[in-house]
Amino acid sequence: MFRPETGKPLYDLAQVLLRGPSPLSEAERELIAAYVSHRNDCMFCMSSHAAASRYLYGEEKNIVDEVLNDMQRSGVSNKMKALLNIAGKVQVLGKKVTPEDIAAARLLEANDREIHDTVLIAAAFSMFNRYVDGLASFTPTDPATYEEMGKRMAKGYVLPNKQA
Amino acid sequence: MSHINLDNNLPGIRGLMAFRPETAEPMGVLANILLRENKGLKQAERELIATHVSYLNDCFYCHHSHGEIACIYLGGDRDLVDQVRKDFLHAAISEKLKSLLVIAGKVQQGGKFVTVDDIKNARENGATDLDIHDTVLIAAAFCMFNRYVDGLASHTPTDMTSYPLRAKQIAEKGYGNHIFSTKQPAPEKNT
Repeated sequence: MFRPETGKPLYDLAQVLLRGPSPLSEAERELIAAYVSHRNDCMFCMSSHAAASRYLYGEEKNIVDEVLNDMQRSGVSNKMKALLNIAGKVQVLGKKVTPEDIAAARLLEANDREIHDTVLIAAAFSMFNRYVDGLASFTPTDPATYEEMGKRMAKGYVLPNKQA
Repeated sequence: MSHINLDNNLPGIRGLMAFRPETAEPMGVLANILLRENKGLKQAERELIATHVSYLNDCFYCHHSHGEIACIYLGGDRDLVDQVRKDFLHAAISEKLKSLLVIAGKVQQGGKFVTVDDIKNARENGATDLDIHDTVLIAAAFCMFNRYVDGLASHTPTDMTSYPLRAKQIAEKGYGNHIFSTKQPAPEKNT
């Protein structure tokens, strides 16, 4: 890792956002991360977080690819569609989120914490995606690599120890 | 009005940090490392990158907040800050900082917009790996902070005299949870 000082809070943020207590399931939060990374065309983040989400959804793992292909026609709940719509707006820019987007999510019983977590996950991946691609980090291309990565990520985000 | 129920006495990211202190914690740590360190880029340069990216993201609260902090580090040169916001290529800053601001502007559009030539140009102007890394991560981090603040429509003060007061607090004490857990800076009363 090039800069462990900044690596630590970045891992801590991912851990609390994606694994900490939240009314959204871990699978749903990873799905938001994968959806935003897909829209940002960040191959590494999209592939790894989609793999984590598939692993966490277990038997319902097809939902992930449905959402990445066509969110509105996917099998996720209407509430999740309303939250993914907000995440998609945040991906473009914060101001694109309208009171109508929020009202639509609330009508489907999304609460403040769910809306907050959705916006911050989408914002955080607007950072992570740019960090990875802005420095042209190494991106594996073998899907099996990501499947393994997804399993590890499902256990949590901890700063890797320095390689001996 | 904010999209979720926030304490409106706490503007911008402060209200959001108070809403969820668990996520505020690592964001404060990140901000302190990226914006307060003097290793490589100077504090003023770091805040100028943050200001420029926030301006490009049209985040009023962030670009005015960080612009005022940069202004303090620059001995009050608000005109320079404003020039960096809007037209940095003609600002009285180093060629190195100009080439880093080009990279920051590309990151604001998307990570893939940064080209090999952008990096080469920065290196030719004396930028190190650490300078380039920190520039990219500051720009990326503000693509998060700006979206967090505007995506939840957090309270944005229109009283411009309040911005230098909060900036002074940051310049003196740094980032972290104290910016929402302690009393908000207020104008000194004449006694």
